[in-house]
Amino acid sequence: MASLDDLKKRIASVKSTQKITKAMKMVAAAKLRRAQESAEKGRPYSEKMNNVILNLSNGISDKENAPKLLSGTGQEKTYLCVVMTSDRGLCGGFNSNIIKKAKSYFAKILDEGKELKIITVGSKGNDQLKRVYGDKIIENISFKESKNANYFDADKVGKMVIEKFESGEFDVCTIFYNQFKNVITQIPQAQQIIPLNNEGEESGSEESYEFEPDEDEILSNLLPKNISTQIFKAMLENSASEQGSRMSAMDNATRNAGEMVDKLTIEYNRSRQAAITKELIEIISGAESL
Amino acid sequence: MSEEFKVEIVNPEKSFLVKDDVSEVVVPAFEGEMGILKDHISIISFLKPGIIKILSKSGDENYYVEDGIVEFKNNNLSILTSTIFNIADMEKSKQQDLLKQAEEEANKTDTNDQSKYLADQKVEVLKTLN
Repeated sequence: MASLDDLKKRIASVKSTQKITKAMKMVAAAKLRRAQESAEKGRPYSEKMNNVILNLSNGISDKENAPKLLSGTGQEKTYLCVVMTSDRGLCGGFNSNIIKKAKSYFAKILDEGKELKIITVGSKGNDQLKRVYGDKIIENISFKESKNANYFDADKVGKMVIEKFESGEFDVCTIFYNQFKNVITQIPQAQQIIPLNNEGEESGSEESYEFEPDEDEILSNLLPKNISTQIFKAMLENSASEQGSRMSAMDNATRNAGEMVDKLTIEYNRSRQAAITKELIEIISGAESL
Repeated sequence: MSEEFKVEIVNPEKSFLVKDDVSEVVVPAFEGEMGILKDHISIISFLKPGIIKILSKSGDENYYVEDGIVEFKNNNLSILTSTIFNIADMEKSKQQDLLKQAEEEANKTDTNDQSKYLADQKVEVLKTLN
């Protein structure tokens, strides 16, 4: 059995860990509120953008000459995956859930004999993927300096993706992120952004629009913006999910630390009592033998 | 019969402005300024750097935008833009910053015609503000 001193030290250390996890939970809760707010505020933009594009792509007359971002390159040989994770750890299953989802997708692609390229956003994803897929990662971006997800950062990623698309480096692009449902549940998502997948979505109106300039030009201007918008949406969802996930992870950790302190305290008291009893017995039996 | 319609400006971070008593909006569409009144035909167009004028009963407002898309449908005008500033709230120093950035962009030689044109537009508009 551990000595009294050891037990005392362990209790103290667990208690201080508990303090840290408690503080982290508080911070995550405060940040979560902000992240959630901005995720909700950002939704109208991406929804509107989606609507406009839907209307446009329905109205487009010449389907065969549609912009490549919409219709694809006509082949599906090289896949680009943008895996979006956090820059910080200690957030429960947040990163591993995305990675798990991404890895199963990677395996599928490689099984089909297709080429795979990976861009990681956020350093945690890079850390986890580079062991297995190190040679596939072509770019690693992290926004450690930016406090909140902002459009400027998303635009940078978007522009890079488009640049690579235009130089023919890949045919299909999918982004991986966690969709924020609530504090306890975040759903890892794989969303295909190039070519744009609008199947199954109904356009809200059959109304015809007037376009100025013509549809093709608007579309070719709009589609790159849409990529950035989708990435931005993913970033917002991700940051809300990250905070939510961290909050519940830290809540669990705090509770577990509390349980551990209780258990250790009982053990400490028992061994203290045992030591006292032992000493008493020694004294009494010593006195008796006199 | 009122002559008013609804306008909504959204940027990626939030819904920037919602107003439903607007009588006319002038937007800097790519092929020239465009005034939109009630019962305009449904239209989609995109913006070049310029000034959005919103005329309503409660007063006129001016916004500076750098890019964006406008969609008008059923007397609902949606403007999606990534950079927008209310000119009334805009500080002089901010204007100067933007102007300087735009000028730098315009003076770059390695850009294509379109981005050069856009940058020139920015410079022009910002100069008229100052």
